[in-house]
Amino acid sequence: MLPNTQTDKIPGSYQYGFHDDVKPVYSIPPGLSARVVQEISHIKNEPSWMLDRRLKALEAFGERPVPVWGANLLDIDFQSICYYLKPSERQVASWDKVPIKIKQTFDKLGIPQAEQKFLSGVGAQYDSEAIYHNLKEEWKKQGVIFMDMDSGLREHPEIVKQYFGTVVPLNDNKFAALNTATWSGGSFVYVPKGVQVTVPLQAYFRLNAQNMGQFERTLIIAEAGSLVTYVEGCTAPVYAVDSLHCAVVEIIAKPYSRVRYTTMQNWSNDVYNLVTKRAIAEEGACVEWVDGNFGSKVTMKYPSVYMKGRGSRADVLSLAYAGPGQHQDAGAKAMHLASDTSSNIISKSISRGGGRTSYRGLLHVAAHAINCKAKVKCDALLLDAESRSDTYPTNDVRNSSVQVEHEATVSKVGEEQLFYMRSRGLTENEATSLIVAGFIEPIARELPMEYAVELNRLIELEMDGSVG
Amino acid sequence: MPNLLEIINLHTQVEGKEILKGVNLAINQGEIHALMGPNGSGKSTLASVLMGHPSFVVTSGKINWQGQDLLSLKPEERSHLGLFLAFQYPVSVTGLTVEHFLRSALSAHRQSAGQKILSPLEFRSLIEAELKLLKFKSEFLERSLNDGFSGGEKKRLEILQLAVLKPKLAILDETDSGLDVDAMKLVAEGVNRLAKSEMAVLVITHYQRLLHYLSPTNVHVMMAGKIIKSAGSDLVQAVEQTGYQQFEHLNVA
Repeated sequence: MLPNTQTDKIPGSYQYGFHDDVKPVYSIPPGLSARVVQEISHIKNEPSWMLDRRLKALEAFGERPVPVWGANLLDIDFQSICYYLKPSERQVASWDKVPIKIKQTFDKLGIPQAEQKFLSGVGAQYDSEAIYHNLKEEWKKQGVIFMDMDSGLREHPEIVKQYFGTVVPLNDNKFAALNTATWSGGSFVYVPKGVQVTVPLQAYFRLNAQNMGQFERTLIIAEAGSLVTYVEGCTAPVYAVDSLHCAVVEIIAKPYSRVRYTTMQNWSNDVYNLVTKRAIAEEGACVEWVDGNFGSKVTMKYPSVYMKGRGSRADVLSLAYAGPGQHQDAGAKAMHLASDTSSNIISKSISRGGGRTSYRGLLHVAAHAINCKAKVKCDALLLDAESRSDTYPTNDVRNSSVQVEHEATVSKVGEEQLFYMRSRGLTENEATSLIVAGFIEPIARELPMEYAVELNRLIELEMDGSVG
Repeated sequence: MPNLLEIINLHTQVEGKEILKGVNLAINQGEIHALMGPNGSGKSTLASVLMGHPSFVVTSGKINWQGQDLLSLKPEERSHLGLFLAFQYPVSVTGLTVEHFLRSALSAHRQSAGQKILSPLEFRSLIEAELKLLKFKSEFLERSLNDGFSGGEKKRLEILQLAVLKPKLAILDETDSGLDVDAMKLVAEGVNRLAKSEMAVLVITHYQRLLHYLSPTNVHVMMAGKIIKSAGSDLVQAVEQTGYQQFEHLNVA
């Protein structure tokens, strides 16, 4: 055990699995009903407008059918899922009980043990708490708010009320409705006018915040001329209690602000990962999504930017990896709703061992939005003949002043490529890892260093034993 | 003492068709062998089989490396033993830098030999001199492997790899094809430098151009899947003057 262990700084263990070790103080039985939603809101002592919102969303959820246009979602049993679990504040799960396989994976990824404990939900104080503390002081001076969403609602109800659900309305889609009804955790970020936050805000650092739950809700508001980078997730596998991760992220980028949101996720292989991420970019603002999806059974995620202000910009870098039994249905949406807006979407997917990746994208240019530029580039890499990749681009362009570029490639790791590299002394797995690392390099270079390093190790791990 | 490489009555099929029909060849340390022959005679197939290309099926015969069976080994294991193939058509890998690739290959070799893996800095200092000799700027290391390279750059990179991995036997498969005179000289100088330190070479070509710079110790003519004539460097002259037709009567199946 580390010194200074503070049991009240343990993250919500429900987020990471090992549920047999968690004895919740409040337990809400599995299943979804108005009663459950009321209970969640009651436990958190929320204002009544939020409860109303939740209940309306629950209705919307009930009214909407399960979408059938994408990956297969018909096997999700919504009534078997626990929508709220608050672990006992004094309960510490034992590191000894963490399965050896997970510990080995952490080791192979080179994650320090203090972090491993955090990630596996066992707790203990995370080393970088001290770093975080200093940053917190600095942010406070600048007026930057960065906290978990539940605290955000408690401490800044007026800001939350003003923006919550304005980017992703409660009835936007079935899963956004489910999230709105049942959300817990997530991050709340507010950057005042003109403030440049130079150090990325990392959800990772915040030990005591329940920010990485399965129904988390994130809201980022960047005031005019501000700059902020938000980073969440990590490459270590996240073991979920329930097989559904359903999150909503809303970003409001005010005029001439710049927001980058980076996610790297690796859910365990039985999880449905259904996330609505959307940003509004006002005049001259720039929103960048960097989105990496590993693991899960099914992922459906299409980060989008509504370019509402003249001259605003959207950049989306999306990376998906599908191994055996996995379907990654990922992509992006660029909505050009004002003139002189530009979007750039780069999507890279890798399929192996029968895994399936799909690129699904929407490019919309409104009739009145003139002189817009849009570029979409999707590259798929297939590691074997059993794997599959599809592209479903939709272009809805309503005026002729637009410059649109669309490029799609599918490449296979060929026998000649492998033979060449093996003839230089590399094993088939090493060669494949290098090919994959090269393929994703344009995305890896946009990641914070430690993430890029982990990503490469993760790929080596994924390739391990994949062939031969 | 066993030969460095010994090929005994080698028969090979690809997609059911017999390409090599009983090849015999022995190569020893420090020797430079030229394997000549018209297009389609099986020269490049022999190179691929030696390196262990999975598409080629050896139906009979043997290949020994210092007295040990080579055919049961994977391409990477053959590489670790000291076999190197300079490709006629080097393959490109987008996003993988030349430096990362070279360092990974060298690390694999050092690891298999039980040696310490070089740090990025140690690697840089090792490679700087070789880069200069092959007239590469150090920015070249940052480029994607063979991606958009000119023919000359690709072949010079093959020689750079040769210089980094320092094999016992280098097979040069049509390394002269598509090279201008300057690039050819650079390639030949590179090979000669390494050959001085006892590296054996098997040069595969159907022209004589490269052989003017390499001075082979042994010359072989291959036709229709067999080596039908072996002699000293004079044979290059004979081929140059009267072509391969003069040997056709020797090819009795």
